[in-house]
Amino acid sequence: MAEKLYIEALREGLREELLRDKKVFLLGEDIGIYGGAFGVTKGLVQEFGEERIIDTPISEQAITGMAVGAAIAGMRPVVEIMFFDFLTLAMDQLVNQGAKIRYMFGGKAKVPMVVRAPMGCGTGAAAQHSQSFPGVFAHFPGLKVVMPSTPYDVKGLIKAAIRDDNPVLFAEHKLLYRVKGEVPDEEYVIPLGKADVKRKGRDVTVVAGSIMVIRALEAAKELEKEGIDVEVIDPRTLKPLDMKTIIDSVKKTGRVLIVEDDPVSFGWGAEIAAGIVGSEAFDYLDAPVKRLGGLDIPIPYNPNLERHAVPQVEDIVKAVKDLLRGVIGWPK
Amino acid sequence: MVRLKNGIKCDGMEFARVVQMIPVRNIVQEVISVELSAEKKLWMYRKMYEIRCFELEVDKLFKANMIWGTCHLSVGEEATAVGAIAALEKDDMITSTHRGHGHCIAKGGKLPQMFAELLGKETGYCRGRGGSMHIADIETGNLGANGIVGGGIPIATGAALASKMKKDGKVTLCFFGDGANNQGVFHESLNIASLWKLPVVYVCENNQYGMSVAFRKSTAAENVADRAVAYNMPGEIVDGNDVEAVYFAVKKAVDRARRGEGPTLIEAKTYRWLGHSKSDANVYRTKEEIEEWKKKCPIKRYRAKLINEGVATEEELDKIEKEVEREIQEAIEYAKNSPEPSVEDIADGVYA
Repeated sequence: MAEKLYIEALREGLREELLRDKKVFLLGEDIGIYGGAFGVTKGLVQEFGEERIIDTPISEQAITGMAVGAAIAGMRPVVEIMFFDFLTLAMDQLVNQGAKIRYMFGGKAKVPMVVRAPMGCGTGAAAQHSQSFPGVFAHFPGLKVVMPSTPYDVKGLIKAAIRDDNPVLFAEHKLLYRVKGEVPDEEYVIPLGKADVKRKGRDVTVVAGSIMVIRALEAAKELEKEGIDVEVIDPRTLKPLDMKTIIDSVKKTGRVLIVEDDPVSFGWGAEIAAGIVGSEAFDYLDAPVKRLGGLDIPIPYNPNLERHAVPQVEDIVKAVKDLLRGVIGWPK
Repeated sequence: MVRLKNGIKCDGMEFARVVQMIPVRNIVQEVISVELSAEKKLWMYRKMYEIRCFELEVDKLFKANMIWGTCHLSVGEEATAVGAIAALEKDDMITSTHRGHGHCIAKGGKLPQMFAELLGKETGYCRGRGGSMHIADIETGNLGANGIVGGGIPIATGAALASKMKKDGKVTLCFFGDGANNQGVFHESLNIASLWKLPVVYVCENNQYGMSVAFRKSTAAENVADRAVAYNMPGEIVDGNDVEAVYFAVKKAVDRARRGEGPTLIEAKTYRWLGHSKSDANVYRTKEEIEEWKKKCPIKRYRAKLINEGVATEEELDKIEKEVEREIQEAIEYAKNSPEPSVEDIADGVYA
């Protein structure tokens, strides 16, 4: 077992799948010699050649649609969309075509494709290069949505996403690329649709996704100093969503905080909250379900404003304390 | 008999009509030597007639309230679908449009399954989940009709990329209408296809109207094919009501694509006789215009040609028509007698 960066683990996952299956290929802007805007695909074109690591023109809709076509025709394309925000340019092909084709055709076509995209703020890229909205994609039947938070998860999940016979949206928070973690040397695949308990605790459950898992774990460390024992659950995939792991945790702790990087209004946290209160966990709740998420604003440029646009460690610490004090409060 | 160098063969009268419709500068000066067998010619006649009958029966079923939703008919455009698909090999692929019944039939789609789909039955191509706009038949290489104008263009391009990577020798034929040529993804896809020399042929069925808006009111270029220049690929205009002319133009493009020389943009000028969809009252065009185009009926025209050339007699063609009519009626019966999909299975097929 070695310590690796998230970006390295992701690259390893891609590389292993490229080696394993000739049908897998990568398609995206500047993913060749440049190595991708964030360096995820660095070195792959040298190893696999320009025929499998394909630099495309700046044409998000066409390349996403081409992935749909290539997938129906038997390939396993992996598209990189340079920034998550640019997925809006590819919506027709992802949502109206990729996601719906199998059902529309009576279950007679497969669309095995992955669309990867780096999301999130914290880099000063402002409103059009910083938004996180994987929750939007979870709203479309036919898509799967994955948002790994650790190097271990990103490797196992990218491999599962590539092997899946459905279109998978793979959301990578930019700030995670430089996060380090243990990655086994031997091969492993993490099935889609399984949440992970990132930290065991008995006082309160924090359900967090993507970058918020890292922040929740830091918050848990601080809260531990005050004798508060936090359980952190990472759904890992929004679709399919593993509610059972979440419900079991809430039944144990009786208190839950949901933290997301998406704007909080209509965010996926609401889906999880509804899933909890609509389940047997409702009877175990000692406090109302609490949520934290991004403010309802486009991501601002100024570093201080940007920081305040999404939950930080201190916000999570405060929210957990409020929850334990029984303070009923909606997110800031 | 005039033989144009792009393969269009026609008599003097036809030639006069063709050049009326087609700017001469666009007629490609290159001889191709492909000849059509009598068998293929009769197949083309049969398929055009099949499409015509299919569409007219669908119209009737609609008026009898047996078809739910909407539906776009291709009466008058049969030569484009049939001529283009006749130029393909069996394993080649197509992507189709919202007006896609003809493409599906020409590609080998089965009439009973098609009618069953339109009637929303379990035995339909899409188990009653897709309807008119989403009929697909992956097994025959039909990657599907598409409800989004231009939506199939990158999909065809991607299928062609897959063929290039797999070296499977297949060509993908991408049908779209004149409306789609103003979608951004048309530009994105043709640029990439040309850049990477993908084995794809883009066939624009210019039926003169994007729903109600006339082509000249939607498109700055004089012809869709003129846009090929921007993508550094050949652009050809063909009389879309002349099935053999369409065949020769597409065949040349398909051969070129299969040789690895890249895509071609073909514009088949044709005309939609009926409304855009069932709710269309044709307020945007005159009866005279429609009647003018009906005179250029691709089926009548081809019938006369086949008889003139001695390929078939009146009786032989009548026999084909009778056979087709019987098959259509049998297909409708099959569809009517097919079971409805079960509500219990409503979520089948969302995920693989």
